[in-house]
Amino acid sequence: MNPVNYLYLAALLFTIGAAGVLVRKNAIVLFMCIELMLNACNLAFVAFSRMHGNLDGQIIAFFTMVVAAAEVVVGLAIIVSLFRTRHSASVDDASLMKL
Amino acid sequence: MSALAASGATLTSTGEAVQFWVLGTVAVIGALCTVLMRKAVHSALCLAGTMIILAVFYLANGAYFLGVVQVIVYTGAIMMLFLFVVMLVGVTAADSLKETLKGQRWLAVLCGLGFGILLIAGIANAGLTHFNGLGRVNSAGHVQGLAELIFTRYIFAFEITGALLITAAVGAMVLTHRERTERAATQRELAEKRVREGVQLPPLPAPGVYARHNAVDVAGLLPDGTPSELTVSKTLRARGQVRDVSGQALEDLKALEQASAERLGREEASK
Amino acid sequence: MENLIALLIAAPLLGAVVLLCGGRRLDKAGHWLGTLFAAVSFGIGVALFIDMLGRSADDRTMFQRLYTWIPVEGFQADMAFQLDQLSLTFVLLISGVGTLIHIYSIGYMEHDERRRRFFGYLNLFVAAMLLLVLADNYLLLYFGWEGVGLASYLLIGFWQHKPSAATAAKKAFLVNRVGDIGLSIAIMLMFTTFGTFAFGPVFGAVGQASEGKLTAIGLMLLLAACGKSAQVPLQSWLGDAMEGPTPVSALIHAATMVTAGVYLIVRSAAIFNGAPDAQLVVTVVGAVTLLFGAIVGCAKDDIKKALAGSTMSQIGYMILAAGLGPIGYVFAIMHLVTHGFFKAGLFLGAGSVMHGMNDEVDMRRYGGLRTYMPITFVTFGLGYLAIIGFPGLSGFFSKDKIIEAAFAKGGTEGWILGGVALLGAAITAFYMTRVMLLTFFGEKRWQPDAEGHAPHPHESPKSMTFPMIVLAFGSVFAGGFFSIGDRFVDWLEPVTGEAHGNPPISALTVTLSTMVVLVIGVAIAWGMYGRKPVPVVAPRGSLLTRAARRDLYQDDFNHVVLVRGGEHLTRSLVYVDHSLVDGVVNGTAASVGGLSGRLRKLQNGYARSYAVSMFGGTAILIAATLLMRAV
Repeated sequence: MNPVNYLYLAALLFTIGAAGVLVRKNAIVLFMCIELMLNACNLAFVAFSRMHGNLDGQIIAFFTMVVAAAEVVVGLAIIVSLFRTRHSASVDDASLMKL
Repeated sequence: MSALAASGATLTSTGEAVQFWVLGTVAVIGALCTVLMRKAVHSALCLAGTMIILAVFYLANGAYFLGVVQVIVYTGAIMMLFLFVVMLVGVTAADSLKETLKGQRWLAVLCGLGFGILLIAGIANAGLTHFNGLGRVNSAGHVQGLAELIFTRYIFAFEITGALLITAAVGAMVLTHRERTERAATQRELAEKRVREGVQLPPLPAPGVYARHNAVDVAGLLPDGTPSELTVSKTLRARGQVRDVSGQALEDLKALEQASAERLGREEASK
Repeated sequence: MENLIALLIAAPLLGAVVLLCGGRRLDKAGHWLGTLFAAVSFGIGVALFIDMLGRSADDRTMFQRLYTWIPVEGFQADMAFQLDQLSLTFVLLISGVGTLIHIYSIGYMEHDERRRRFFGYLNLFVAAMLLLVLADNYLLLYFGWEGVGLASYLLIGFWQHKPSAATAAKKAFLVNRVGDIGLSIAIMLMFTTFGTFAFGPVFGAVGQASEGKLTAIGLMLLLAACGKSAQVPLQSWLGDAMEGPTPVSALIHAATMVTAGVYLIVRSAAIFNGAPDAQLVVTVVGAVTLLFGAIVGCAKDDIKKALAGSTMSQIGYMILAAGLGPIGYVFAIMHLVTHGFFKAGLFLGAGSVMHGMNDEVDMRRYGGLRTYMPITFVTFGLGYLAIIGFPGLSGFFSKDKIIEAAFAKGGTEGWILGGVALLGAAITAFYMTRVMLLTFFGEKRWQPDAEGHAPHPHESPKSMTFPMIVLAFGSVFAGGFFSIGDRFVDWLEPVTGEAHGNPPISALTVTLSTMVVLVIGVAIAWGMYGRKPVPVVAPRGSLLTRAARRDLYQDDFNHVVLVRGGEHLTRSLVYVDHSLVDGVVNGTAASVGGLSGRLRKLQNGYARSYAVSMFGGTAILIAATLLMRAV
């Protein structure tokens, strides 16, 4: 098997995650889809690391994880406060950014 | 497996190939389930499964440290955080999959398909055939190699992500913290409020009794025999988990009769 | 001596500044100060004249350069002056007649409480006019040109409490503006053609320019001259300009400013010599104006307006002469100088008559004044004899030469122009005799004015009669002094060039025919106004008379063609503005608004919609990247 298949898998997972962001209304699920996209990227980084024979890709994946953790913490906090004020976790309910 | 990753081969071993195809299929299914499951809890669990499979793939690619971190941080910490929040807010009802925005679903599918095809075409077009493998860089030890990079070349990024984490923690606290702007109502004030509103003066009635297990999910019966929703906790009501035991007694009786009949029958048969 | 040139201008300019900024303190001495500054200028002019006479004919041009006025790369304008025989002639005329009229104004404006301001304006005019004739480049000339326009505007409207005076000032200003555009365009053309507008370099480079360019410059200069000198078609302002005080009419609208056009053409002789077509147009304009002014002068009952028509006519003579080329330039200037004497004298006489008649201007209400105003009668009479060309007086010499030169033009043109000039001489004799008869002869026709004050005709004070006497001397002797021994021709020849035409008829024939038409004109006037009593109310008159009374419908023509035409043009432009320009603008706004209204729907506030846009955009970016790699 050619290890490039890992990249195809990463692309597939990323696309599924992106499509999930577009179709799901629940903010938590939407967040999970974003995590899925980040993980797909990480897989690609790891595969690239193996491909190029250095560890930089893995380092980037490592940083991605840290940033994802921070992002999840803040994002979930936002969801919680949103839920408190609107009693709903649907992103469509927070459609105030319009005229 | 690791030996294969370490070597500079263009092709992987058959074992890794089998593992890829099996686990890869599962990962894709898990991802699809994450997107398509109606309940957030199910989505979270599917995602956790996908992430564990990804951890395995990391290991297969020679990223041992990352594989372990993936399990600990992502699956262990982040996904649990998700589950906490789901329990906190998302338990009200299943997410409706009905699309409310006009054309959104079609656009999403169109964009997704186009994007995916283009991405895959791009990868195919890139002509990546040669894999260097990690044998040389891991020669001084894998974790040591990572540590050397993190603490030398990527030291600033590392420090900055540390600051980012602190900021995120503070941010989460600021966002979720609620300042109490007025004094908490005393028992007396709450009682007076209840009387003033006149909706439910006495304490809520207790749930019904069904003496087979903990029966908080069974509605209590009013004197005329109809069940009262009020007796069940609001959360259970919202989840639709109120148990209907109206037919339970008859079933139990039927079961009892059958059991006795069997016994009698056996007795008849033994006679 | 060169350094004195700037003082010529500086003296009256200083006078203007002092008088206009000095305030009420100077009310008592203002008129003396103004007169003094004008006299200083005249004194310097005389000194320069004596100095110039002492030099040889080729060495008489003097230059004085003060500083660079506008230094911009290739566009260099100097504050520099050129004094040659032509300039000096004008300097002496302007400062001399100017000083006399300052003296006259002391008496004439005695009862006007704004007399100080009047003298300030007069000084300003003298300074600007001297700048005009002394400038050594066209831009500085233009500066003086606008300066005299401003002074003219201020003085015509000096009695601004009269709406007619304010309107007349505005009219003069506007009509002059049309001519000024011609001058500014001419200067621009010179700059693009020659790269300079200083007299010397421009005239030196005339040979290199094409005839078309020269014709264009010449016609633009002619337009400027028409505006300033009240020539057809920009003649309409001069009659109304008589609303100003009479000394102003005498100085600005008879002797000096209105002749600036003649100066401009003679000064630009080099350009006109290279553009025969432009010269022909100049002669045509002169000939037409000559008849136009004369006809208008015949019909006017207002003494000043009759004289204004005469001024137009006489300047027509000068323009006609200037258009004839080198054979006419000298005579144009000579007629200009003699005309400056007798016309200023006539106007001052008219002012004297008005002064004694409670400011009555209608000649039909004068009559028989010769016994009441003997000095005025004699000086006015001498001016009259001079202007009609009575043998031996100034006008006889100067006008005769112009008629001769017109015939000398040769061919059909010569005959036509000469004929027109002769006809003009006849009409001049007629209308001037008419003025003379109506004013000083016949029975008394004056009546009490609207408030019941009957006029008591009396001779004017000495301050007024003295300038009239001096000017009468000029009217009588100047022509003979200039002509005998060709003094004036020799004097100006270095500037204007010399040429002798071949007149188809002898000079004697011309003189005799001039005498004949003169006698005919006087006889007709005598027949109409001398033998029978003149009605106080003007008779209806013939069609021509009525037309001439309305200035040959010049204002009606301007109204119909320019005002109405302008209104229609404006209306159609407004329509275009509303329908086309606004339509385009509003259409653009509406289409942008409509498009925005539709685009606004994309901004629906749903984060997922925005995410689709981002995702689609990313897909497009990837597609583009791949495409670029593939290409």
